[in-house]
Amino acid sequence: METATFRIWRGNADGGEFKEYSTEITDGMVVLDAVLQIQAAAANDLAVRWNCKAGKCGSCSAEVNGNPRLMCMTRMDTVPTDQPVAIEPMQTFPSIRDLVTDVSWNFTVKQGIPPFTPRPADAPDGTWRMQQRDVNRVQEFRKCIECFLCQDVCHVLRDHRKHDEFIGPRFLVYAAALEMHPLDVADRVEELAEADGIGYCNITKCCTKVCPEEITITDNAIIPLKERVVDRLYDPISKLLRMFR
Amino acid sequence: MAQVTIAAPVRRFGETTRSDKWWIQPLVVAAGLGLFVAYSTWAAFQGEYYHSGPYLSPFYSPELFGDSPHAWFGPKPAVWPAWLPWSPAFLILGIPVGFRLTCYYYRGAYYKAFWADPPNCAVGEPRASYLGERSFPLIIQNVHRYFMYLAVVFIGLLAHDAWKGLWFTDSATGVTSFGVGVGSLVLMTNVTLLGGYTFGCHSLRHLVGGLADQLSAAAPLRQSTYDCVSCLNRRHMLWAWMSLVWVGFTDVYVRMCAMGIWTDFRLL
Repeated sequence: METATFRIWRGNADGGEFKEYSTEITDGMVVLDAVLQIQAAAANDLAVRWNCKAGKCGSCSAEVNGNPRLMCMTRMDTVPTDQPVAIEPMQTFPSIRDLVTDVSWNFTVKQGIPPFTPRPADAPDGTWRMQQRDVNRVQEFRKCIECFLCQDVCHVLRDHRKHDEFIGPRFLVYAAALEMHPLDVADRVEELAEADGIGYCNITKCCTKVCPEEITITDNAIIPLKERVVDRLYDPISKLLRMFR
Repeated sequence: MAQVTIAAPVRRFGETTRSDKWWIQPLVVAAGLGLFVAYSTWAAFQGEYYHSGPYLSPFYSPELFGDSPHAWFGPKPAVWPAWLPWSPAFLILGIPVGFRLTCYYYRGAYYKAFWADPPNCAVGEPRASYLGERSFPLIIQNVHRYFMYLAVVFIGLLAHDAWKGLWFTDSATGVTSFGVGVGSLVLMTNVTLLGGYTFGCHSLRHLVGGLADQLSAAAPLRQSTYDCVSCLNRRHMLWAWMSLVWVGFTDVYVRMCAMGIWTDFRLL
């Protein structure tokens, strides 16, 4: 049985430090298993948020060797153990304690996005008709488990702290799911450009790389929304064509 | 927008707990793009050895004015100032350069590689201030679709060049006949790769169907076009690099043949 050393960040909003722990690693373990093992054996007061352990609840988001990951979906055999494994909380959100961060900002942002606004019902019984083809595009966005790893890795939030001006990739995906929905008639384009700050995104694709649900965030959500903003605000030909429609 | 108080970051440039070699990717991108920019600038300034037999270098196509048989409107215009360096490439190179410079893939790549914004994912940045693409100068990137329109025209012109690269004139008899040389294949590969890159453009994807929420109501041709562009778009980065390397190689090939260093072997 192999023993691995972990450097786990311990602290709160006032500060903290990495502390080293060792634990045994067995076949099939994920990082969350190791952390819970450490919590049980060596650090009973270690705060760690987790729930489903199946990559579907988005609770155990953290940074493993500097990479935003779900701890429950990071197999230990993919993590080099010749050096101590660094585990720290998400850097984009305020620390509560140890590996737990306060992600409530995300829920406040979500409330600010105009909700799903369907057109009048297609049939007298109050139902609508949609084509599968049209739904397929937004279906991808609905895979999001709100782990907020994309928010964590986005340098606009992480390094530049534009939380007041930029909603981040998670909510651009959310806005795309609404904006591109075949039944939705609400108009969010100008809000995306102004209040939501889509122009801050400089397409580094870091959000796409860390998404555990493999949503193609940049190419399928953010860039198409950016193009809609260009249509509305920057492209003179599009503006001209709209005048004649 | 939610108002929150979140402590300012304290990470320095390059600071990260990433244990992998995160600096390799931006370094490779910077080296690749830097090499291409250096070579293409040098090649554009040469103004010679850009055509050989039926082949025309893509850096010089379309040759609006010039001394080769490929020139559309004859030699260098008389109004061109004598003090200004001249090359037929100067008249057209801005379009492919502008297309790539404003390309969504390249933007992300060169912001990382040349501006360290960020150096790589989850790695500390050198500057605290950040404007993004919502104000000058980077708001200009939104012009991408106009470069795309022109780039699509260029694909047609390069396809015509590739077609012309299949017709060889016998210098003794003056008779032109169909043939295939290695250069013909180089030119055809070039337009194929550039086509894969151009027709997978994010702006094109938007314009052919992405702007519609109910594409099922569009004509079948439009739906198929959207599917094709989306298919190419999935590998946009790959197409971008393959076409970049190959367009440079195509110029090298034509240049080497024109200088007599390489011989263009006829296959047919």
